[in-house]
Amino acid sequence: MVSALDARSSRVVSQPPTRLGSREDLRTIGEPTVVDPKIRCRHVDVFYGDKQAIFDVSLDIGNKEVIAMIGPSGCGKSTFLRCLNRMNDTIEGCRVSGDITLDGQNIYDEKQDVVPLRAQVGIVFQKPNPFSKSIWDNVAYGPKIHGLAESKPELEEIVETSLRKAGLWEEVKDRLHQPGTGLSGGQQQRLCIARTIAVSPEVILMDEPCSALDPIATAKIEDLIDELRNQYSIVIVTHSMQQAARVSQRTAYFHLGYLIEVGQTQQIFTTPRHRLTEDYITGRFG
Amino acid sequence: MTRHLQKELEKIKKRILSLGALVEDRVRMASQAIEQTDPGMAARIVETDWEIDENEVEIEEECLKILALHQPVAVDLRFLVAVIKINNDLERIADEAMNIAERVISIAKREDPGYRFDYVAMASKSENMLKKSLDALVNLDVDLAFKVVMCDDEVDVMHREAYQRTCREMSHRPEAIKYLLNYYLISRHLERIADHATNIAEEVIYLVEGEIVRHGKF
Repeated sequence: MVSALDARSSRVVSQPPTRLGSREDLRTIGEPTVVDPKIRCRHVDVFYGDKQAIFDVSLDIGNKEVIAMIGPSGCGKSTFLRCLNRMNDTIEGCRVSGDITLDGQNIYDEKQDVVPLRAQVGIVFQKPNPFSKSIWDNVAYGPKIHGLAESKPELEEIVETSLRKAGLWEEVKDRLHQPGTGLSGGQQQRLCIARTIAVSPEVILMDEPCSALDPIATAKIEDLIDELRNQYSIVIVTHSMQQAARVSQRTAYFHLGYLIEVGQTQQIFTTPRHRLTEDYITGRFG
Repeated sequence: MTRHLQKELEKIKKRILSLGALVEDRVRMASQAIEQTDPGMAARIVETDWEIDENEVEIEEECLKILALHQPVAVDLRFLVAVIKINNDLERIADEAMNIAERVISIAKREDPGYRFDYVAMASKSENMLKKSLDALVNLDVDLAFKVVMCDDEVDVMHREAYQRTCREMSHRPEAIKYLLNYYLISRHLERIADHATNIAEEVIYLVEGEIVRHGKF
């Protein structure tokens, strides 16, 4: 009978044939544009001195969508993210070329003031970085310097609304004047999100916002992202494939500075079209 | 971690192919039992069905374990989903082989009314479809998988012919209705085997192409 355990069973199921884009082809596969984009990037190159870090990336960030950027370390996803609110301006020797527009306005225009730009396009970093001030001051600082509140009650309302939107109000409402740094890691990160929200941004950039957090705090941030997308466009850089799959509607895969594939998250994680994307998300990379 | 996942997937590949081979054997035995009206062979199929059932449960448990522990994506996810479904189809094919065996046992007990259906071509076609669907799985051969899908219609035609023949014979030999019904049901079981082989082929297409081709979606 076990003749039936024939040669077939000892053979290894081979790799699927050439449905996928080849590893050598670094052109973008998928649909990088959307109808009515919030941010529109075209042919973006980024250089650190002589070294080119981003190659000819064109990508739209849609209105009220969460787009995840994934890729191995050094692939350029954070560099690209920082182009979106000109955070790269703070890095010496960094040069950005190509077009990046926010609601049709060129954000690299020499007349563009980066301070309001960074309020419009807020950023949340990997490590929670609350100011050494009270919880209240952390949130109120932005609206104050941007002149968003005309009176104390108005400012109080902004602080409460922002903390509520960040899902933190119930946990801190009785200790608003205690230091923000006294909160847990997850709470600090949500405080940073509240601080970003307080200046009425249109886009929120998140650079690995959960990598320093435990699974419970991570789940809270992910739930928060899901709620925030009703009001903001969110761009999240993450090393967690599961997180990208859970929170985003679209996913962009970067490799060696190239945008390799972009598409609906469900498609990327079930049927990626580029071999490099498949290799990376299935852990075969390298 | 990833190497661990790959090892687990290799293990599951071997297990599903082994199950495929065991099920192929049952179908082969069922074909012989029909051809020779061999109740001994039929009894062996019935007696050993537990082996298939046990394997099916173990493979499903393994797949669930891998899904829970590794949360695979892309081709790995498609592979596991395909295995879970193919596993089920294989077990159902073995059940159909057992159903055939039971029919053969029942037929062998009855007096021969002097009429026999020839199921050689139909059994061979169903057997062949199963073999090709498993070959398509091993080689991730979409073309072969499509060929299997196309063959299903031929088996359906054979099954319809068996129905017409049975109706005719029943009106001529009303005293042998139970006997003829058993013979007709063999055709039904063979047709179901071909259906399950088609499902396996469709899963192979999904595994490779990432596109669902069931319900004539191709």
